[in-house]
Amino acid sequence: MTGKVDVIKLKFFAMLKGLVGRDEVDLELTLPTTLLQLKSVIAKEYPVLTELLEKRKLLISVNEELATDSTVIKSGDEVAFLPPFSGG
Amino acid sequence: MKDLVRIQVEDFSIEEEIARVKMTSSETGAVAVFLGTARDISKGEKIMCLEFEHYPEMAEKKLREIRTRALDNFNIIEMGVVHRTGKIEIGENIVLIVVSSRHRNDAFMACEWAISELKRTTPIWKREKTENGEVWVEEHP
Repeated sequence: MTGKVDVIKLKFFAMLKGLVGRDEVDLELTLPTTLLQLKSVIAKEYPVLTELLEKRKLLISVNEELATDSTVIKSGDEVAFLPPFSGG
Repeated sequence: MKDLVRIQVEDFSIEEEIARVKMTSSETGAVAVFLGTARDISKGEKIMCLEFEHYPEMAEKKLREIRTRALDNFNIIEMGVVHRTGKIEIGENIVLIVVSSRHRNDAFMACEWAISELKRTTPIWKREKTENGEVWVEEHP
């Protein structure tokens, strides 16, 4: 389980699709990791998201449940970046 | 039979949704309804139309959770929630919440709670098309 390079799926919604330029990306990284560590990988990979991540303007879900910095990310997980909701 | 809780592109029939919720029990004595529609002015700007996007699996899951939590926490009989996605013209329906209960106050309270909770927890996003371009709406008042 440790030290292995694996793949997770990243999803970007609404305004983030435009910023990143894609709505879905497969990311290779060493798993397991935590969301906190993943966020620093994302900030390097997508500098356009750095400010939003630092200011905590985004919610992040792992397998469709809202996650926190300590959430553990495993192989095959789906991590979605969610700007503030505006439904209703 | 359509689900009581769902997200769909096409418009919904308010009467059919009310009937679906009302008919679940002969004890129903009150039905409260919230209908959200597309208005033409936002922050002083004229809106041409709206476009909604959602995170399919998660948004439906969150709506089902709202219904379950409402049934657990309010003295109600049934709740239906329908939200549209895709392009929506001005004046069209966006979201419908229907709540049935024995007495009106429980239905009113659960309905108010449900629409606030939907705006807070459900991954749905609105884009407004104006004369000056398209903008993703960031707040959820």
